[in-house]
Amino acid sequence: MPSWLMVWPDRPGLSLLLEVVFLIFVMYGARGPAHRMIQGIAKALTQGCKLTAEAIRGVQVRLTERTREVLLSEGLQETERQIDEEFRRIAASVDRDLGAYPALHRQLSDQVHRIDEDYRRATDTPPLPEAWTETIQAAGALAERASAQAPAARAVEALRVAIQDAHDDAMDTYLETSRERHALLAKLVPTWRSMAETLQRVETAVSGIFERSRHLDRLMDSYREIAVKSDAAERALTSSSVTQFGISGIVLFIALLGGFINFQLIALPMSEMVGATSRLGSMQTSDVAALVIILVEITMGLFLMESLRITRLFPVIGRLDRTTRIRMAWATFSILLILAGIESSLAYMRDMLAADRIALTQTLSGGAVQRPEFMWIPSVGQMVMGFILPFALTFVAIPFESFIHSGRIVAGQVGAGILRMVAFAVQLAGFAADHVGKGLKNLYDIVIFLPLKVEDVILASRSTAKVTTGSVAKPDRTPTAA
Amino acid sequence: MSERLIRAWTVFVVGALTLGCTTTPPGTGVFLLLDTSGTYAGELAGAQTVVNYLLGTLDPGDSFGVARIDGGSFSEKDILLRMTFDERPSVANDQKRRAMQTVSNFADTVSAASHTDITGGVMQAVEWLNEVGPGRRTVLIFSDLEEDLPDGFIRDFPIELAGVEVIAINVTKLQPDNLDPREYLARLERWRERVESGGGVWAVINDMERLPVALTL
Repeated sequence: MPSWLMVWPDRPGLSLLLEVVFLIFVMYGARGPAHRMIQGIAKALTQGCKLTAEAIRGVQVRLTERTREVLLSEGLQETERQIDEEFRRIAASVDRDLGAYPALHRQLSDQVHRIDEDYRRATDTPPLPEAWTETIQAAGALAERASAQAPAARAVEALRVAIQDAHDDAMDTYLETSRERHALLAKLVPTWRSMAETLQRVETAVSGIFERSRHLDRLMDSYREIAVKSDAAERALTSSSVTQFGISGIVLFIALLGGFINFQLIALPMSEMVGATSRLGSMQTSDVAALVIILVEITMGLFLMESLRITRLFPVIGRLDRTTRIRMAWATFSILLILAGIESSLAYMRDMLAADRIALTQTLSGGAVQRPEFMWIPSVGQMVMGFILPFALTFVAIPFESFIHSGRIVAGQVGAGILRMVAFAVQLAGFAADHVGKGLKNLYDIVIFLPLKVEDVILASRSTAKVTTGSVAKPDRTPTAA
Repeated sequence: MSERLIRAWTVFVVGALTLGCTTTPPGTGVFLLLDTSGTYAGELAGAQTVVNYLLGTLDPGDSFGVARIDGGSFSEKDILLRMTFDERPSVANDQKRRAMQTVSNFADTVSAASHTDITGGVMQAVEWLNEVGPGRRTVLIFSDLEEDLPDGFIRDFPIELAGVEVIAINVTKLQPDNLDPREYLARLERWRERVESGGGVWAVINDMERLPVALTL
């Protein structure tokens, strides 16, 4: 303790005691205002924290609501898109499979009619009745019996022969008819098969349409759920968004690695084109040029996907008419093809430069320049990679679109979660401030417990005296209210 | 108003990009001085190692020069080669091959000089480096640092070496140094004082194995 604070510098203990006693008396005298000050500060902090927490919760609620609206809106649009596509598919299927149904129907009717006619023509003619046989047998018996009488026998025999001939003719005719019938029945087989195939086609087409209709029903149910903003639809969409965000994030990371490899392939040879000494800020211009080429490729890929209506990041492109879009797709594809060719040649140049560099190093180190065998394999590999990677990067547009759409939802939800946590923390701080205020008041009273006890004793003795005179006084030890 | 703003931004961005794309001076300039005096000519085989190392380390756009130290080194006739490597790596590699060949031919055909004008060589090197204007300027002296000027040559004046790093390589000990090592130390100290008083940075590399570590170009 500094000497100037001591009453008696040579007696620090006594000085300290005197100062403590003085301080306790001062604190006792200022107890009421001090309590009010502590309580006021604590209450101000508590109220401030409460208001801040409420404000943060309000922002969080608005953010949650906005995210929900965006989620449902995007879900609605996506379902509309799916329904639209499903209707298009059904229309295409109907046009393709059932558009020719009248012709198919006519074909079926013709086939049925032909079968009917052939069937009627193939009706079985019953064989000759048994009477023919009996008549021939009777004629034979008569001829044997009349053998004694030659004229009669001859007549009977002639009659029998005539009957036999007639019978043979009838049998021949029957056999001929049967052959014709069998031929007709044989001709019916391909017609039946054709009809069966036609019916199978009709069944396949109709079942395909039925299947699509069922899928359409499910989509419509989902659409209704989203339209009425049900919790189930929101949960399903949220889950879908988070999944999409994760998957598209992973795919984008892989694409980023692909872009990095692409960059490595063309950065060195670009220095041969734009020079290795010029700089753009802290980066070499050749690196920037390589980066620009890759970014242009990705942009062309985005436009190509937009033109093909695979992604819908740019509504302006989506609104273009079909002819313009196709032209745009061809234009972007042509640019991509040219860039892929450039990259392929750059990759080859990189290999040449690397080989030249190795040869120089070998020369400088005093060794003989060695050309490794099969050097053409990495050269070809690099060229192929340089050609393929631009087209591979084109497909980045698909996960990129998913990432953008789902990222908005996930960011909203994460933001809402953070706001909720912050609001809770602020409210907790308010509670803590309130309790700290109460604790400080109690601590204050502990420091001055001695005068307070004396006061209690005095007030108690006074109250005893007043009881005897008729009035009662109680000491006030409750914490002072603000 | 908005059109004017857009125009201003466009001018700003284009200007910034144009300025940013301007070619900056080449990063490093190295000038190697080779002592061909009678006491040191035998060490020139080691100079080839230094040259090869430098050629392998320098990048396109860097500058490289080699000159011999003889009786009157402040002269263009003593310069073996001086070049700024092309921006294109393939052309720069060809330049390096030619440089290597030039130094190799010189090492094979060099004859011992009767005198040693190190100061003149350093001045010649600094003059060229200042003319080229690289970002980092280094003078390498492959010598025993024993200066032996012809009669009438005046070299006892301060040299302006601001921003120049002077590195003595393979400073061999002479016969008198062996008798009295203080001679050697005094020689090094004299050169250090001379370089530092001129505003330069002084360093000595005697172990050729440490060359890649010490010469972090």
